[in-house]
Amino acid sequence: MTERMGFGMRSGVNGSAEAEAPADPPLPADARIDLARERADSQVDEVLDALDTELVGLVPVKTRIREIAALLLVDRARARFGIDSGRPNLHMCFTGSPGTGKTTVAVRLAELLHRLGYIRKGHLVSVTRDDLVGQYVGHTAPKTKEVLKRAMGGVLFIDEAYYLYRAENERDYGQEAIEILLQVMENQRDDLVVVLAGYKDRMDSFFSSNPGMSSRIAHHIDFPDYTGEELEAIGRLMLAREGYALAPETEPVFHDYLERRRARPRFANARSVRNAIERARLRHANRLIAEGGRVGRAELTILQPDDFLASRVFTEKAAPPG
Amino acid sequence: MRITQGTFSYLPDLTDEEIAAQISYALGRGWPCSVEFTDDPHPRNSYWEMWGLPMFDLKDPAGVLYEINECRKAYPNHYIRLNAYDAGYGRQTTALSFIVQRPPSEPGFRIDRQETSDRRVRVSLHAYATDRPEGDRYGS
Ligand SMILES: Nc1ncnc2c1ncn2[C@@H]1O[C@H](COP(=O)(O)OP(=O)(O)O)[C@@H](O)[C@H]1O
Ligand SMILES: [Mg+2]
Repeated sequence: MTERMGFGMRSGVNGSAEAEAPADPPLPADARIDLARERADSQVDEVLDALDTELVGLVPVKTRIREIAALLLVDRARARFGIDSGRPNLHMCFTGSPGTGKTTVAVRLAELLHRLGYIRKGHLVSVTRDDLVGQYVGHTAPKTKEVLKRAMGGVLFIDEAYYLYRAENERDYGQEAIEILLQVMENQRDDLVVVLAGYKDRMDSFFSSNPGMSSRIAHHIDFPDYTGEELEAIGRLMLAREGYALAPETEPVFHDYLERRRARPRFANARSVRNAIERARLRHANRLIAEGGRVGRAELTILQPDDFLASRVFTEKAAPPG
Repeated sequence: MRITQGTFSYLPDLTDEEIAAQISYALGRGWPCSVEFTDDPHPRNSYWEMWGLPMFDLKDPAGVLYEINECRKAYPNHYIRLNAYDAGYGRQTTALSFIVQRPPSEPGFRIDRQETSDRRVRVSLHAYATDRPEGDRYGS
């Protein structure tokens, strides 16, 4: 029996050299490639532009994603000349507080890598510890492999990855999941990209106890907390997308709301903005029904100060939100 | 004697690239795949052993190919086949099934004729391989 890798392929009977030869012969050394054409053909700009317009701020993140796109485009051009640079390692770690856009960026990233031909399918499989780690001996390996198989061809996103490792219990089954992951991250780079996500400090201590994992991650991308202005811009973007607008009197109230909400515990960046808007919509609808009478387009779309002022953020002083 | 069962069995054995392309086709139609193996390829033996459970929600052939390779490692001298099941209403049956590994040598079958009453003859098909106990029928 011929020896073959776990997820690998056995090549044709007529010899592997022939089966693996590129379809096109390499370009002559003096050929020129139009990179702008290549870029347009791959349609990556649609994804990069969507990233720019749909996500406020996050400049360092967007820059890194653009760099990765450039690297893959150039690699493709190099491959046309027959220059083999090896497949770049694209396993990543996204660190940041909740609601800073890690999951959203991962979805875009999967689409981008697919368009650049780095992964075959471009779907995102999002999991946490519970999806990977079993309850009893022999339960973890099949569970982890099952998830890995589903993620093949796409991106595996492991949220709060540090829960896989429990320092206080050396026989925790999480360790087994980590080992299977490490093996696949090393040997099956053609088949999937792994993205770990979570708080920065916990991720750092996870890496210091799992150096093997740390060394297999090529890109550490930090998602900073949003500034006040960015949160407002995010809010406006969400409102516009859902067909709402703020009345001029509401602008300062919304600003004040975000400032107060930001100072309170369990603030979750853009996710808290989203929740605030959801609640304002509720109050808005409730107000319209209570007032009765006839309404027009303006009444149905414009949020008044009262829709925000009724929030507990304005009435309570320091108690945590419910 | 080369066993011909399932799709493609009159063609030369498929390469892994070709197998992956077939799996892609099945997954693209929403058919979950499963892997089965046996060392008793009698045509009437429709129940081969299951290699794990059928695989649901896969997007890419690499996961299925992985299980095929694991099965090949565990049973290098068995027959292994891939099944794709169409759960669509009105079909609800195996939509595609083909052999992805066969033993290096296949001794084949003989026909046994048994004389019974009134000069009738009963015919049965006997696989030479099954003369040996389960597990080492095709060498080990
Ligand atoms: N920069 C941003 N601009 C606009 N919306 C954002 C931004 N960052 C996050 N969001 C929105 O906030 C919500 C939470 O984001 P998510 O990606 O789930 O955060 P995380 O995974 O980091 O907790 C989503 O609805 C997302 O669309
Ligand atoms: Mg998230």
